[in-house]
Amino acid sequence: MNALSLRQLNKTYDGGVVALKDVDLEVTPGDFYGLLGPNGAGKTTIIGIVTSLVRPTSGQVSVFGHDILKSPWEAKSNLGLVPQEFNFNQFETVSQIVLNQAGFYGVEHSVAERRAEQYLRELDLWDKRNANSRTLSGGMKRRLMIARALIHEPRLLILDEPTAGVDIELRRSMWTFLRDLNERGTTIILTTHYLEEAETLCRNIGIIDGGEIIENTDTRSLLAKLKSQSFLLDIGKPLQEIPTLGDFPVTPIDERTIEVEVRGNQTLTDLFARLSESGVSVTSMKNKSNRLEELFIRTLGRTKPTQEAS
Amino acid sequence: MAGFYPAYSRQTLIALRTLVGKETHRYLRIWLQTLVPPAITMTLYFVIFGSLIGSRVGPMDGFSFMEFIAPGIIMMSVITNAYTNVVSSFFGAKFQRHIEELLVSPTPNYVILAGYVAGGVGRGLFTGLIVTIIATFFADLKIHSIPITISVVFLTAVLFSLGGFINGVFARKFDDIAIVPTFILTPLTYLGGVFYSLSMLPDFWARLSMANPILYMVNAFRYGILGQSDIPLATAYILILGFITAGTAFSLWLLRHGTGLRS
Ligand SMILES: Nc1ncnc2c1ncn2[C@@H]1O[C@H](COP(=O)(O)OP(=O)(O)OP(=O)(O)O)[C@@H](O)[C@H]1O
Ligand SMILES: [Mg+2]
Repeated sequence: MNALSLRQLNKTYDGGVVALKDVDLEVTPGDFYGLLGPNGAGKTTIIGIVTSLVRPTSGQVSVFGHDILKSPWEAKSNLGLVPQEFNFNQFETVSQIVLNQAGFYGVEHSVAERRAEQYLRELDLWDKRNANSRTLSGGMKRRLMIARALIHEPRLLILDEPTAGVDIELRRSMWTFLRDLNERGTTIILTTHYLEEAETLCRNIGIIDGGEIIENTDTRSLLAKLKSQSFLLDIGKPLQEIPTLGDFPVTPIDERTIEVEVRGNQTLTDLFARLSESGVSVTSMKNKSNRLEELFIRTLGRTKPTQEAS
Repeated sequence: MAGFYPAYSRQTLIALRTLVGKETHRYLRIWLQTLVPPAITMTLYFVIFGSLIGSRVGPMDGFSFMEFIAPGIIMMSVITNAYTNVVSSFFGAKFQRHIEELLVSPTPNYVILAGYVAGGVGRGLFTGLIVTIIATFFADLKIHSIPITISVVFLTAVLFSLGGFINGVFARKFDDIAIVPTFILTPLTYLGGVFYSLSMLPDFWARLSMANPILYMVNAFRYGILGQSDIPLATAYILILGFITAGTAFSLWLLRHGTGLRS
């Protein structure tokens, strides 16, 4: 039984925007899952449907085996949401916001008060507990939304760009907090536009573009794919057979063109050494575009995703 | 029926208590905007219409003009405040998006509705009480029937809270929350026999007034206090209960459908 299971999810908004096309997604219990994709890809729409803020056009969603439409109580009780945009009452104080949310989940007041203190302290908001929410800084508001989402201790926490507009120091402390939470057993799904964040936190990553999941794999394989480049080589004389170039995978395109993949740990110098060993003379070469990489550039605004890793 | 969770009755009760507390806290926190204005306006009504003008108007249906208008004025403040409270609070929650706090939680729809209505009824009755206390400075009010007075004012507050809720669900901008109170509620209340008896109107207008639901509520409430009414009491109860039933069913349908709430 998965923490989250989406089957054939479709969403067309009133007005005709097709936001999701046959999305299937499984997130296993205990996972730290990253959902990446450029602006307008459909991330918030997926989260909206899971948290019942958006009505699906068709398809099914279940949270720990509970269908969100058939057993809303069980499904919703297991879910916590940190939305992309601030959505709390401007006139309420930090502790009122957290305690009211606990009440809406049916948490006893005494339990809620204990947890509120715990989470507000952990998130460094305890001193602000009596402050009006509108007087908080952006970073404090983000942390308040995390405290609010945890007050009923959900088994699945969904965070929609939790570190957007947060400074490096705070971002790192949020990472530590989220990683601890995940280690204590909470399944976490997060969307982000920072590759470093996905790389540091997520075990598995899904990539969505134009409402379709185009990649769903573990972080390591994804990075390997991203760090590899493909080249199209034009060969001087027509090839009799496909040359073997050591560890470099070769795909023939036509009799004068081959495609060669260069992985992150390999170098072009090695490639050319192999080429001359096999007696292949290259007249020209060009870089083949990598859809995944292009997508990453749009998603993350980085030409070389590997550069950001630390 | 979908939406009822017998296994979670304790949690449901906590959710309801939380929402009612939050709603009550809201209008008490902004008491200067919610509780003081009706006290001032209604005092002016009593001073101007009751004392100054009323002393020149002869008795109405056998009561002094002040005694006659007091129940209508109390009712007017209950209606406006119950309605305004729910429509502003619910639209405000949508506008600031904190309604999402409720929507993502397992709180059943009927609890959401009950919570908002309870807030409206609370403010309506609280204002009604304030105005009643003010009225006692101007008129010697002896309540004819406590059960009728209380039940009519309570049911009316429920009805207009529901009205405010429905308005709040459909409202998309701040203008939308003022249209109904300005163009429908206030005229119907003034024409609902707050300041005059139906017997004073020419036949045609009297008959037309009978189509105004607020007239029945004002008169039923006046009966509770003075023991005199232009209309049969049973009709008033049937009408109010009928509207409440229809309003509740419609509100629950809107919530289930997610109108104005879920895209
Ligand atoms: N309420 C809405 N009504 C109509 N169209 C919408 C609505 N919400 C989102 N959309 C459209 O659906 C598509 C997906 O939007 P969504 O918010 O899910 O993207 P996203 O991946 O979260 O983007 P971002 O990274 O910018 O947050 C977009 O084309 C968007 O314009
Ligand atoms: Mg988004």
